[in-house]
Amino acid sequence: MRLGMAFAATSLAVFMTTASPAFAQKAGGTLHISHRENPPSASIHEEATISVVSTFMAAFNNLVVFDPKEKTNSPDHIIGDLADSWSWDASKTKLTFKLHPGVKWHDGKPFTAKDVKCTFDAVDGADAKSDLVRKSPRKIWYQNVKDITVNGDLEVTFELKRPQSSLLSMLASGYSPIYACHANGREMRTKPIGTGPFKVTEFKRNEVIKLVKNKDYFKKGKPYLDAIEWKIVPNRSTRMLGFQSGQFDMTFDSDVSFPMLKDVMDQKKDAVCEARATAVSSNILINRDAPPFNNPEIRRAMVDTIDVKAFSQILSQGHDLDGAAMLPPPAGKWGMPKEMLATLPGHAADVEKSRAEARKIMEKLGYSASNPLKIKIATRNIAIYRDPAVILIDQLKKVYIEGDLEPIDSSVWYNKIAKKDYQLGMNLTGVAVDDPDVNFYENYYSTSERNYTGYNNPEVDKLIDQQSAETDVDKRKKLVWEIEKKLAEDVARPTIGYNVANTCWDPKVKGVNLQVNSIYNGWRFEDYWLDK
Amino acid sequence: MGAYLIRRLLLMALTLFGMSVLIFVMLRLVPGDIADILTNASGISDAKEKAKIAHELGIDQPILVQYGKWIGGLAHGDLGYAYVSEQPALDEILPRIPISAKLAGMALFFAVLFGLPLGVISAVRQNTRLDYLLRVVSLSGLSLPSFWLGLLVLMASVQWFGMIPIYDADRTGFWASVSMLGLPAMTVGFRSSALIMRLTRSSMLEVLRQDYIRTARSKGASIVAVNFKHALRNALLPVVTVIGIEAAFLVGGLIVTETVFNIPGVARFLVEAILWRDYPIVQNLVMLIAVVVVTINFLVDMAYMALDPRIKFAD
Repeated sequence: MRLGMAFAATSLAVFMTTASPAFAQKAGGTLHISHRENPPSASIHEEATISVVSTFMAAFNNLVVFDPKEKTNSPDHIIGDLADSWSWDASKTKLTFKLHPGVKWHDGKPFTAKDVKCTFDAVDGADAKSDLVRKSPRKIWYQNVKDITVNGDLEVTFELKRPQSSLLSMLASGYSPIYACHANGREMRTKPIGTGPFKVTEFKRNEVIKLVKNKDYFKKGKPYLDAIEWKIVPNRSTRMLGFQSGQFDMTFDSDVSFPMLKDVMDQKKDAVCEARATAVSSNILINRDAPPFNNPEIRRAMVDTIDVKAFSQILSQGHDLDGAAMLPPPAGKWGMPKEMLATLPGHAADVEKSRAEARKIMEKLGYSASNPLKIKIATRNIAIYRDPAVILIDQLKKVYIEGDLEPIDSSVWYNKIAKKDYQLGMNLTGVAVDDPDVNFYENYYSTSERNYTGYNNPEVDKLIDQQSAETDVDKRKKLVWEIEKKLAEDVARPTIGYNVANTCWDPKVKGVNLQVNSIYNGWRFEDYWLDK
Repeated sequence: MGAYLIRRLLLMALTLFGMSVLIFVMLRLVPGDIADILTNASGISDAKEKAKIAHELGIDQPILVQYGKWIGGLAHGDLGYAYVSEQPALDEILPRIPISAKLAGMALFFAVLFGLPLGVISAVRQNTRLDYLLRVVSLSGLSLPSFWLGLLVLMASVQWFGMIPIYDADRTGFWASVSMLGLPAMTVGFRSSALIMRLTRSSMLEVLRQDYIRTARSKGASIVAVNFKHALRNALLPVVTVIGIEAAFLVGGLIVTETVFNIPGVARFLVEAILWRDYPIVQNLVMLIAVVVVTINFLVDMAYMALDPRIKFAD
């Protein structure tokens, strides 16, 4: 409710900002933002973190993009970026883009349709010899692409194996920039060239990332800022103090937790702060191939003890959102309604009743308070992972499961999970685009690299393919809810909650529009300006 | 003498060789390598992609080959490329050394500047209110963790000056360094100054009870002359030894201070390189530290010989 009001208030503010002639954009100035860490590289296609996409998206363009002026990422809000127009053929398996003429890369070379083909052939592995990317975490997004054909310099066609309307949404994500054919992977990781509104001039680890205005940008009059300077400040308290003292114009995205918000607002009374769902969920990884969780009854008892409200209360003062596999409404476009959610295991309103049933299951299996089931709960040795894991341990005690925390070094976390060397794991999952294809194919499809638990249900795979090919939104939504229900009943990867956090900026920063159903797609910065 | 020198140089070479093997092997004993970390950072654990990265970086080669390449490169001044930034390791390491050196130097300077005179005052005014106050200050210096003190200093800085000292490589010159590194140096030097203060105090108290001090007083020497000329000079010997040891310990404090004050120095860089298993950075940096320590030890031994003719080294 509070979040809903915040969204409504922000929408009104955005409307007033854009509608009033008093807010004519001013050009010039440097936007100073704090950055939480050293991005692993500058190559967006190779990475899967907001630390990379928020920083470097401004150096690139996509074919299409989610309208930066809209609050919600949705297929209805997709506008052209490098593409002036696009069209599907009658069979809905060919998507043709007409490209904007006269676009140049930051090094002055012309952008052509070949660059589009190069990029996605490298990303989906079609061109094995390409060294444009050396790893590709979102390969599965393009598994339905049969071929990409170039028709002259300004037209490119994506040919699909079957209809898939979500392709356009995936191409609109911040994670789908177009790379230059003539660049190599190393360049893209260290000092990338793009066609975007800003050029990367400096990427100094532990220090600073500088981007300066691209004076030859093909969108005339943009960007308004002269430069963006990201200062890398790993210590969050230092970042907050830097913002409070005016040395940063904006905090890193979602950096301000609710307990911190009051302090920030007290110290900087004119700060504009906005809460939004980060599309990052806490979820439980279950090793269903080994005892004890190869037993569906124990899986069920485990999930029945979960009290999502308690998690939310402790972790975010009650702001986190309760949802199943998809981000719940109103922020999410596809998540199931509350009433339906309450019928799923792990989301019951009466937790005590669920726990009583779970205890009966455990007693039937021979467990009790004096003879609990002893397990280990692995998680990455980072506070945002450990905190929910500790709460889970406490809640499991209520159903005779005694968990020991096993903090794992980040460097070997996914190796351990891939080797199935765990019983339960506490995990965080960010979803780049609020679209069922992105989430289901990445996290639940049997052949996905990021389906960490190896969950394999042919029926669910079939349903995922079915919803993906469905072009009618309402019918697709029903299929999506059916999948969410099956995943919850199968205890595939129980979702504990969707994180909500705040981003703050100085009132002189204008043109900010934080989108409410993904933190990954709105960082072009071409509409930002400073009212100095 | 000549034979001794040769033996010392050989011993130095042997020590450095041992260090190089130790660093090299220990780094590889830590679970996970850069290929694991890079793929983990992308949320994947794909064996093929990992193998591709490992091959590209040469970490799939036998360990002896890797060691040979490193040492061979080192002998030619080629430190290789950092795995994460993909820049020459030398270009990554060199610019950071002066930053940490300046910070450590200033910290030591502050530590001595405050520690010594306050220690003397505390001893001379033994059991007065001032002495009690200074003892409390020195005790807090020893017991406050530097990350917490750093945060307090930053908060006070925001409150009083409306800003925090954020490092900016574009600002150069003496005053720029003082304004950017002064507060962090005081924070990291506070612990050392407290130690120096306490040691100076106890050392001074011991000396002030000596007969020759009483003699100096009875001869009518001024208080300043007694305290600073006669007493302090003799009390300084153990303090100087501790200052030397503290200089080495400062590196540990720098890691925390560089993180809290966001200074892109070599200490924070080393810790991060270890976390990323960035072998070329860690190996070369630790090796550099080893070379510096071994060389200083050698020079100190040589200096002993030059300064004190009673010290003889057997050939």
